[in-house]
Amino acid sequence: MRWWRLKKRDADVERELQSDLELEEEEQQERGVSPEESRYAALRAFGNPTLISEQTRAVWSWTWWDFLLRDFRIGIRTLFRSPGFSIIAVLVMALCIGATTSMFTVVRSVLLRPLPFRDPDRLVMIYEHFRDPSMNSLQFNLNAVAPADYYDWRAQTHGFEDMAAWRYWQFNLTGEKGELPELVEARGGSWNLFPLLGVDAAIGRTFTQSEDRPQGDAVMLTWSLFERRFGGAPSIVGRQIHLDGKPYTVVGVLPKWFTYPDAKVRVWVPYASGMPPEILAHHDFHFTRVVARLRPDVSLASSLSQVEAVQYREHLENLHAPVAEGVTPKPLIEDLAQNVKRPLIILLCAVACVLLIGCLNVANLLVARSAARQREIDVRSALGARRLTLIREQLIESLLISAAGGIAGVLVSVSATNWLVSQWTDLPSAQSIYADGTVLAFACALVLATAMLAGLLPALSSTSKGAIAVLHSASRNVAGSHSRTALRKTLLTVEIATTVVLLFAAGLLLKSFWRLRTTDVGCVTGNVLTLGYSLPTEKYSTPEKVNAFNETLLERVRSMPGVRAAALGSVVPGAGPGGDDSFTIPEHPPIAPGAAMPDALYRRADPGYFSALGIPLVSGRFFVEQDRAGRSGTVIISRMLALQYFPDEDPLGKHLHVAAHGNADYEIIGVVADTLYQVGQPAKPMMYYSILNGESDRALTLAMRTAADPLRLSVSVQKQIADLDPQLPVHDVLTMDDIIEQSLGNASLSASLVLGFAVLSLILASVGLYGVLSYLTTQRTGEIGVRMALGAQRGEVVRLMLGDGLRPAFYGLALGLAASVGAARLIQSMLYGTGPLDPAVFASVAASLLTVASMACLVPAWKASRIDPMQALRTE
Amino acid sequence: MSSMKRRTQNRGEVLQGTLDMLILRTLLYGPAHGHQIGKHIQRTTNDFLQMQHGSLYPALHRLERRGWVTSKWEVAPDRNREFKYYRLTDIGRKQLVVEESQWKKMAEAVARVMWPAAEES
Repeated sequence: MRWWRLKKRDADVERELQSDLELEEEEQQERGVSPEESRYAALRAFGNPTLISEQTRAVWSWTWWDFLLRDFRIGIRTLFRSPGFSIIAVLVMALCIGATTSMFTVVRSVLLRPLPFRDPDRLVMIYEHFRDPSMNSLQFNLNAVAPADYYDWRAQTHGFEDMAAWRYWQFNLTGEKGELPELVEARGGSWNLFPLLGVDAAIGRTFTQSEDRPQGDAVMLTWSLFERRFGGAPSIVGRQIHLDGKPYTVVGVLPKWFTYPDAKVRVWVPYASGMPPEILAHHDFHFTRVVARLRPDVSLASSLSQVEAVQYREHLENLHAPVAEGVTPKPLIEDLAQNVKRPLIILLCAVACVLLIGCLNVANLLVARSAARQREIDVRSALGARRLTLIREQLIESLLISAAGGIAGVLVSVSATNWLVSQWTDLPSAQSIYADGTVLAFACALVLATAMLAGLLPALSSTSKGAIAVLHSASRNVAGSHSRTALRKTLLTVEIATTVVLLFAAGLLLKSFWRLRTTDVGCVTGNVLTLGYSLPTEKYSTPEKVNAFNETLLERVRSMPGVRAAALGSVVPGAGPGGDDSFTIPEHPPIAPGAAMPDALYRRADPGYFSALGIPLVSGRFFVEQDRAGRSGTVIISRMLALQYFPDEDPLGKHLHVAAHGNADYEIIGVVADTLYQVGQPAKPMMYYSILNGESDRALTLAMRTAADPLRLSVSVQKQIADLDPQLPVHDVLTMDDIIEQSLGNASLSASLVLGFAVLSLILASVGLYGVLSYLTTQRTGEIGVRMALGAQRGEVVRLMLGDGLRPAFYGLALGLAASVGAARLIQSMLYGTGPLDPAVFASVAASLLTVASMACLVPAWKASRIDPMQALRTE
Repeated sequence: MSSMKRRTQNRGEVLQGTLDMLILRTLLYGPAHGHQIGKHIQRTTNDFLQMQHGSLYPALHRLERRGWVTSKWEVAPDRNREFKYYRLTDIGRKQLVVEESQWKKMAEAVARVMWPAAEES
């Protein structure tokens, strides 16, 4: 029953009794009793009104509620009586519950909340899957799909309700006359993608089937571009915008919440739009993502086996091309969260550890405090208070602490979550991250759980004694505290063990981050400025025009003051995989049909690329100006490719046959040292084509080695480009260090978060240690006084107390290190350049824990040694 | 807090369980407030049954909670101020019949034990 209704009923009972009492009084007067007498006469006839009202109220059985209310009042008063303890306990709980709630908010939003699509749990991604395990080690086990494969799957299988496709793209968005150029992130989506997801346009419509063809010129805007560039005017639908100099008709605007697959996307075009038909007929150009919707009545396994059968046929028909044998599914929500799932789970575990430590700490404080109230509790239980009542009272106290901490924690977690999301750039943006009812329910459950955990142990221990033991111990304040001290030490041991696990995990993550940060990618990274541009096909229609622009730009940049060297290529080291080509070696015996084909990442490079970036030549030569379109192709390979595919021979003069480039043969003219395509990933074989050979890649990266701060040159370089072509947008003006930092993703964030949690636990544990030992010192004052009176030296007393305090620290350390071995397995896949059992990390964790523990113990131990024996014995 | 204390009385105390019936029966005449009900029972039994207010009000509220009576603040015709009037509900009426028949059976059973001769004759 609600309290206000209770209040109303209370008032009602009072009023009823009052009015009847008055009536009695009046009747007494009417009978002739004097007014002064009548009141007492009425009361005599009536009985005790307070008792009656109490008994009447009891009918409505509010008594349990009254009891609870009273207990709460007492609890609040007790907490206010020792504000220092209460503030610390509430703060600890607020921190722990806040951190846990924040982490859970992210986990819930990213991993648990259904995607905002129709029946989202029936959506799966389908990837091509190579059966050869050596391919899987190169991460080809979840390979992007070739367009022809996708078309065949969709046409020839019926297990799925539908399959849709999308691909990555970029456009140069300009005004009608080429003004205001802007590079926009784009996706090409098949016409059925939006209906399949269950998404409708906010304004206008989505694509039609007839628009999804190479000549299609329809475009949809995402809400962010619609608002920013077109002022949110719905009249844009039906009008034209210019992408790469070509007019496209806006057919619709996507809803504001739609950020799949990425919030950076600005425009969508139909999947086939702008794609050369011969590429759409390819089985080995892997650039398509396929989303499929399961039929409600067909299992994933059986629908997938149909696709698998089609794919295996494709494989058999294309034995000399890298066409996968099979397919593999991935639920859409997992596909979006793939990079963050493990860090999230690890952080959630870390935060759960902190929560556990916080609870143990508050439990520890409560045990200490119940010691001070032991007399009260003993007397009450001797007088017949039920144990359950005493436990309930103490539980209500810890519930109050947890609830106050929980409220503060949820408030803290709102801003903590915002901060986390702003820092954590890897989080998928298709789901928005916010606290919902589930998160609130989770926080409430946390409050209850922490209250039970923190309150139950002290409550049970302080009420566990029988009446006889109570009376015995009441006269002696030393006895009876042993079991409680043991309990506190056990709590501390668990606390320290958990802290050790956290410290160890943080140490491993930090060490890997440091290793990542100091990785040598294989080229010069200091004082290098990079920027990207992409020459539009319309304007730069021939290889000559492309080469003319690139060469003029390089010439101009190289003559700029402050520029030491310049390189032009498709990708710089550390900036990602770029693309890969499968090849064969004509000089070698043909590989067995169906066997895994040799494959390497490819880059394009200008003649000065290697020397500018400081990539050493191993043998042969670099490109020269003559390695350009019209001449027979040349290629430079990395040392790894040479070792892997030409183990016992000189690769120079041999050829690489690349089927995907119109069956061209490239002569190997040089071998260069390996570079990393991405920090933290093992090196892969690489091959470099000459940038001048007239092939189709137009997205290029210009890198400049500068004498001083590279960013100061960025404006003048962009001016040079604008000078050559004012409509050409430049993107990603970054230093090489920035690129590497970005490619590390959130390794530093997760490492420093875990470290933060570990430090927090260390502080909590040392406060606990300090508290226990101080308590112990007070408990043993008399004993120490006797020892010193009998001639014990101060140093011995310090040793005695230190030993007492450090024992739980040692046990905890041993226990924690053992548990760390298990925890290290969980984070193993996130480690780089360090094993899960790194001895240096082990040693530094042990050293720092023991240092902090000794410092926490030293103060109370020293205080114990200062005890004046006379004083101590007198107070005994 | 909720312990019921009763003073020992010379006069008749209302038998446990019959108070509800007496109240319901009283209300059959029409709505009445607590004081009236108490007074009525007392008067009708020639002051033999002394009403304990400590039992009367909890009983009234118990009946209300069970839905056998409803209550409403109404102005008393002779006093010109409001009293809490209790009124019998339909369920209460049925309950009265039930309780009455139970009481009858009870009284007969007690009578058979107490005055067996009277029964035999």
